[in-house]
Amino acid sequence: MSIKAPSTRGWRPPPLISDPRLRWLIIIGVVVYLYFALSSVNINVERLIRGLDRGSRMFAGFLQPDFTTRWRDIQAGLIESLTMTVVSTVIGIIISIPIGFGAARNMAPMPIYLFCRGLITISRTFQEVIIAIVFVVMFGFGPLAGVLTLSFATIGFLAKLLAEDIEEIDAAQVEATRTTGASWLQTVTYGVLPQVSPRLVGLSIYRFDINLRESAIVGVVGAGGIGATLQTAFTRYDFDIASAILIIIIVLVMITELISSYIRRRLQ
Amino acid sequence: MPVSLEQDRRVWQRYDRATVLKRWAWWIVATIVVLGCWQIISGATRWEFVADAPQQLAQLVVRAFPPRWDYMSELWKPLWDTVNIATLGTLVGLIIAFPVAFLAARNTTPHPVIRIIALLIIVVSRSVNSLIWALMLVALIGPGLLAGIIAIGLRSIGFLGKLFYEAIEETSIEPIEAIASTGASRFQVLTYAYLPQVLPAFTGVTVFRWDINIRESTVLGLVGAGGLGIALNSSINSLQWDRAGMIFVVIFVMVLISEWISARVRKAII
Repeated sequence: MSIKAPSTRGWRPPPLISDPRLRWLIIIGVVVYLYFALSSVNINVERLIRGLDRGSRMFAGFLQPDFTTRWRDIQAGLIESLTMTVVSTVIGIIISIPIGFGAARNMAPMPIYLFCRGLITISRTFQEVIIAIVFVVMFGFGPLAGVLTLSFATIGFLAKLLAEDIEEIDAAQVEATRTTGASWLQTVTYGVLPQVSPRLVGLSIYRFDINLRESAIVGVVGAGGIGATLQTAFTRYDFDIASAILIIIIVLVMITELISSYIRRRLQ
Repeated sequence: MPVSLEQDRRVWQRYDRATVLKRWAWWIVATIVVLGCWQIISGATRWEFVADAPQQLAQLVVRAFPPRWDYMSELWKPLWDTVNIATLGTLVGLIIAFPVAFLAARNTTPHPVIRIIALLIIVVSRSVNSLIWALMLVALIGPGLLAGIIAIGLRSIGFLGKLFYEAIEETSIEPIEAIASTGASRFQVLTYAYLPQVLPAFTGVTVFRWDINIRESTVLGLVGAGGLGIALNSSINSLQWDRAGMIFVVIFVMVLISEWISARVRKAII
């Protein structure tokens, strides 16, 4: 009787998808998809080589950003972006709270629930820029369209998370408040809000960060902010000005992110 | 807890006087800041254009409904392009974010200096919106799908990299020490101890980002980076709102489907 050498007993880690048929189906599907997807991307090599030349100019622009030539435009755009962020975040929070309550299954009757959920879905489905296009048509060019866009996007984000939070609250506290004879409004302020408000504050600050980032792009369709100046700089190939704006955006986002993470840590 | 005496009755208050005053001061400062910001916005607004917003909306709705359903035959190609931008872009982001995350995680980075560089890559990528990356790339390599794919990829590095490295930092140390004590090389420790622990999180995060990228890639065409945005841009510029309405419907359905897929996949992993 011969004994097999132990070296032939190999061990392999278990695969992520255990069903071999499903695994191979997914692998083959991915390969077929990649083939068709990549073949639909036609790459213009000549254009790419020209791009490399521009790339080096852009890189040079990044090393020597030009803050001064268009400083007035940049300053105006920045102030607009920042004010848009502040106003839209505040408006968004104020509207999100009732919508969030309406979209919580345990707080609202069915018709209101469906309406609020529908609003949240629409806000979350469309990218900010698309919403900005519609608001620019409605309210004309300028920062007001941007403010409304960012407020609308804020509602989709905050109200959804708030609603999920409210659906998970401890019902005992609500009941206890109600048994004291509290009205609906009193039940909400004393039984529900204290349970969800710490997270609401944290999420609002997080949304402020997002709004600042988004306020830099809605200008591309005319809704105010630094975006329009940035687009002009790129289409004129003024890479040194574009890089100055990008550096300012990155630094601003980093600063607000630091502040907001500091505040959120103190709240917890 | 401060308790004050009022006509020989003890009255309980949540905060003492100093805290109350400080809170009021903060609220007043915040209100002034917001109102000041609103002044600036309001000053830059042409209110006579705002006044006729309801009419504009009514016109828009009348023009956009019903959407031109037969325009769909021309939308299949941009739709396919949009899905490809999102998917291939996510793939580009994934390929770059994977090593960057291991360099950025405190427990796997080879050197603190390299860690700072990796973190810097993540921060820069995250701070710049994909539409801005697209603006830049269209100026660099010309309009088209490739610019869109790279733009989505560049934006995804930061998102994926950040969540990846946080997952790596949360790995438990026991399996890693166990594998290392068998005399495994650094690479083997990585593949047999770290990867099995982080792979589910990585997959979930990647699918989540793909879902976001589908949404973002619908607008990249507005700056010339391919997909549905190009069709949207030309429809709006020629004021063909019934076509734009059709594109909105397509985007809505596509995003809902991608959200459903991503939710299903993430549920299957967890």
